[in-house]
Amino acid sequence: MSGLERSVAQWRAYVSRRRMFHAVDVDELEDHLRGRIDDLVTSGLDEDEAFLIAVRRMGAIDELSREFAREHSERLWKQLVLPADEPVRARALTSALACGVGAGLALKVLIEAAPDLAPRLATGVVLPFLALYFAVTRTVSARALTAAALGLVVLAVPLAWYPEGDSTGVLMVLHAPVVVWFGICLVYQGSRMDAVRFTGELAVYYFMLAVGGGGLTVLTAASFDLIGRDAEPFITSWLLPCCAAGAVVVAAWLVEAKQSVVENFLPVLARVFTPLVCLMLAAVLVAFSSSPDVIAIDRDLLVLMAAILLLVLGAYLYALSAREPLAPVGLFDRLQLALLTLAIAVDVVVLVAMVVRIAEFGSSPNKVAALGLNLIIVTNLVRSLWLSTGFVRGTRPFADVERWQTAYLPVYLAWAAFVCIGFPPMFDFA
Amino acid sequence: MHLDKDLVAASATTLVLGILHDADSYGYAILKRVTELSGGEIAWTDGMLYPLLHRLERLGHVQSYWQTSEQGRRRKHYSLTPEGAAVLQERRTQWQTVDRALNRLWTAPGIA
Repeated sequence: MSGLERSVAQWRAYVSRRRMFHAVDVDELEDHLRGRIDDLVTSGLDEDEAFLIAVRRMGAIDELSREFAREHSERLWKQLVLPADEPVRARALTSALACGVGAGLALKVLIEAAPDLAPRLATGVVLPFLALYFAVTRTVSARALTAAALGLVVLAVPLAWYPEGDSTGVLMVLHAPVVVWFGICLVYQGSRMDAVRFTGELAVYYFMLAVGGGGLTVLTAASFDLIGRDAEPFITSWLLPCCAAGAVVVAAWLVEAKQSVVENFLPVLARVFTPLVCLMLAAVLVAFSSSPDVIAIDRDLLVLMAAILLLVLGAYLYALSAREPLAPVGLFDRLQLALLTLAIAVDVVVLVAMVVRIAEFGSSPNKVAALGLNLIIVTNLVRSLWLSTGFVRGTRPFADVERWQTAYLPVYLAWAAFVCIGFPPMFDFA
Repeated sequence: MHLDKDLVAASATTLVLGILHDADSYGYAILKRVTELSGGEIAWTDGMLYPLLHRLERLGHVQSYWQTSEQGRRRKHYSLTPEGAAVLQERRTQWQTVDRALNRLWTAPGIA
């Protein structure tokens, strides 16, 4: 392929990515572009120059896309909705709303019927409605559904039967959602990387819904307050549980329906926050080294650090899933190396502190759970750093980095399941 | 000379319909003809011609068909419809009215 052909092919691919242009429009524009190039070459320019000028004269593709949008307003939905055809999309919204209402009511029933067990079982009750939503709106294999349902039952039995232990109970509340979420990913039926993306995007949409809904609720409560009515009982006992549960399904619908919005938006977030997280980790590291005795004492700090590392890992994982695999190595990839290095440094500090604590005060369910999680994270981070360094140096394809992450995912599942099912009897339901 | 944006927008439809009145044509050729007619004074951003052509097609003023060019490329041609011809006639009268009025203004004593 000649240089010009390659350039035109690249241009075509670039234009084709805008969903506002149909293939025939791109054909038409390409014919125009080539016509212009031919004339410029005839007038004595070389092909590269001619191509550049022709592209420039064509105008900014963003602007052109907007102009096309104005003319072809019937295509505007393409900006918003990715898959399938008309009736399927209409059904998706109805199904999402129905499943959302179901999830909300199910959680409400659970809270009324078994208030003590509600925190442990909440995700197990809510998320099946998300699975139901998937099953209704797309083809889900019976095998995946059965496997997910079976897993849920296996998990639900200890969750419901184990006695309430102070530590192990809390650990179960924290780890059960992870296990149930893996079931959802099974029903989701994309590749593992797709599931990671879906998870990240759903988390962002859920957060936005939560913030917006929270603000609205506060305003409503304040207005009721003014007229001397107390809306709080209704809000806490009905509105909050029902909406918190329903929003999960609605967020899942949004991820699919407004795909291109989140597609454009999240990589930007990742780019903005990666340097900020680097700064935060560096600050934490400096703070630790200036007062080493603090981390040896404060257990909450260790738990907090585990949470931060988990967040870092999540952000890193999402950034990977959103990366164009063939794009060349850039500044952002190097920044991620810095992020990984800092995260490992922080994690090592935390690990050392934890081992010291366990040696000094003996083990407890919390400490072992935190230690296990940190070991799992640090293993992943070290290997990721190794592979990513290879990728940035150009000695490894990006696929290696990706493959490692997806291969590692089951480790989290196994650990979370173990903490839920194995820990309570191991520690006498402490 | 840089033509005012509104004026370009107002004249573009008439120019395109007028060019297609002479003979069927395709995007790039229409654009070249516009440049030629205006002595290079009217220059559009190339791409912007296509939303306009598509609008005219939607309104039924022009029709399109695909042909293969001498270079073997698929090319979309446009032709004027009877409705388009009627619109052109109307536009032509309008522009002539404006043109006449302006001409009288320019030749009136006190200007230029």
